[in-house]
Amino acid sequence: MNRSLLISSVLHVIFIMITAMSLPFLAKKPIDLPPIISVELIQITDKTNIPFAPKAKKTIEKIKEKEKKLVSDQAPPKKVKKIKPDSVPMPDDKVKKVEKIKDDKQNPEKIDNEVKQVSEFEKDELFDPNNIAALIDKSKIETAETINKTDKVTQDQQKNLENLGLSLSEEDALKAQIFGCWSIPLGLPYNENLLVRIKLQLNPDGTVSQSEILDHARMNKPGQGFYKVLAESALRAVKLCQPLRVPTTGYERWKELQLNFDAREMLEG
Amino acid sequence: MYMIRTLFTIFLFFILPFKVFALIEVDITRGNLNPLPIAVSPLSIDENSKQNFEKILKKNNIGSEISLVVEQNLKASGLFNPLNKDAFLQAPEIANLKPRFEDWSLIKAQALITGKVNYVDEKLRVEFRLWDVLAGKEMMALAFTTVPNNWRRVGHIITDKVYERLTGEKGYFDTRIIYVSEEGPKTRRIKKLAIMDQDGANNKFLTLGNELVLTPRFNPTNQMVTYLSYFRNLPRVYLLDIETGMQEVVGDFPGMTFAPRFSPDGKKIIMSFAKDGNSDIYTMDLENRIVEKITNHPSIDTSPSYSPDGKYICFNSDRSGYQQIYIMKSDGSNVKRISFGNGLYGTPVWSPRGDLIAFTKLHKGKFYIGVMRTDGSGERLLTENFYQEAPSWSPNGRVLIFYRETKTNDKGEGFSAKLWSIDLTGYNERLVDTPTDASDPSWSSLLSN
Repeated sequence: MNRSLLISSVLHVIFIMITAMSLPFLAKKPIDLPPIISVELIQITDKTNIPFAPKAKKTIEKIKEKEKKLVSDQAPPKKVKKIKPDSVPMPDDKVKKVEKIKDDKQNPEKIDNEVKQVSEFEKDELFDPNNIAALIDKSKIETAETINKTDKVTQDQQKNLENLGLSLSEEDALKAQIFGCWSIPLGLPYNENLLVRIKLQLNPDGTVSQSEILDHARMNKPGQGFYKVLAESALRAVKLCQPLRVPTTGYERWKELQLNFDAREMLEG
Repeated sequence: MYMIRTLFTIFLFFILPFKVFALIEVDITRGNLNPLPIAVSPLSIDENSKQNFEKILKKNNIGSEISLVVEQNLKASGLFNPLNKDAFLQAPEIANLKPRFEDWSLIKAQALITGKVNYVDEKLRVEFRLWDVLAGKEMMALAFTTVPNNWRRVGHIITDKVYERLTGEKGYFDTRIIYVSEEGPKTRRIKKLAIMDQDGANNKFLTLGNELVLTPRFNPTNQMVTYLSYFRNLPRVYLLDIETGMQEVVGDFPGMTFAPRFSPDGKKIIMSFAKDGNSDIYTMDLENRIVEKITNHPSIDTSPSYSPDGKYICFNSDRSGYQQIYIMKSDGSNVKRISFGNGLYGTPVWSPRGDLIAFTKLHKGKFYIGVMRTDGSGERLLTENFYQEAPSWSPNGRVLIFYRETKTNDKGEGFSAKLWSIDLTGYNERLVDTPTDASDPSWSSLLSN
């Protein structure tokens, strides 16, 4: 009796802990978290075209050569990367890496295809608003395809990419673009909490395949006229800015993006 | 052991998914303040209606005239950039049925207004639609029916609706402005009460100019006006009903009386007058005519103005040694100074939105019109000139109208007084056209709510 009670209690405690640790709001980053400068500096050097230091250049060339070999020969790599004791074991790590590199090489063709699809989608939407339901379905299919195509990234890479986010320069480029497109409705009160969060699903060329206002229910609530106006202006900004200035690589990182539109700073003057 | 493995697996099941799907968030805290490009397509009109309106209103195409009113209003607001009609690719009658959004986005329009005008039972019927060009959807559709002579008001009402839908705040276009019309040399000015639409159209004189009139103020709830006039050199406070032209004397007040103004519910008048050499603030109940003293201080307290909820009053006083702005509760308690900048502050007016107080400031020989928050913080000077004062708020609290005088030359020539408007950004300053010189403007509330 006591043993069962003990096991039950332990299990309950563990489940409560697990649930608490995995709650989304705990995993979510705080909005105002300042960027860690040292990390961003490393990312900038990875992404920008600043000439490499001779030593670093050699190292990178070596890595590139290794990758080339992997693509052309389809040969198994020499060594399997050591698994860190704290990481999750990943089967067939080598094969996945090869597939990832292939994908990278073929990316330009894929982008071309998607650009055509997207432009047709936009035209249809503009010409025939009655056909919106069909267009939404189409966009869903497109999104699903994109996810399938890019699912071949290894878990290890995925983990790294996800931790990276956008570099400071990438984020600044995107912000600067949207700043230019967003006509702030000047009639909004500066002292109300009007934050519009829009989740975007992006195509590799930066066009938007789907946009969703996260607090959509607030749009049609009585007394939320200001929110509706702000949300509409934010959606207009996104549409006007297409294609968004997203990084040329690392689609997996930014294929889903959340934009938080907050006009208070501007309205306060 | 088995249990631990199971628990570890469950643990991974809960933890991992949230890490894998972490979403990148980008905060957009800035945007542009450029006017929104908007296309105002002329309202389409059938041939029969066109001929009927031509006979009644002597206007060639009333559809185009109404859309012109809308266009001019939107432009004057500074928040919209109406696009040149020459660039429009779609004819009004087709755009009204179904806009080709591609054509409108080509000319960079973000919003589009279409509509039509009909002659129905000797009345003017106007339908209009507002479209979001980028989203390709209708944002608003309304129809108005009125007597043909009201065609300008229809234009103003359409502008109000469009403005509200796109900016989030109520418009201020279907409103009127009352002011003091001035004519003649500076030493012998003839002053008359005059009223006009907010865009300067339909100007009318309400008094003949036999008596000096000062400080007309609109009732915030209806179209009544209170003003000050001198009868046999005694100041009198009058009430005037704009709609009927009926006028009544509220009372004769000894000594100097200044700037009567309505309370937000329109049931009281607040003003200052000098008694025994001391100027204080008084209210008068319009129903029972009971006068109540609100301030009791040996200093000069003038220019009172209620907050929109009627709970507070702002006024200026020299009780600190210099003329500054103060606020107090409507019963006169809790007096608190809120202006602390250099110079003299006067004519405080509480915004209808309740968040700001507009004022006139005199500093180093120059006059400024500015705004500050109700606690005195965030002072912003919107415009500077040789002489300007008496700001009055538009009913939505976004624009101020005031008057500005020009400097005379050595011979005393070149003097003029004109009405100007400026919005809260301080960039959109405009001369409001009046047939004569003008001063002391007061903005009405919206005629149609």
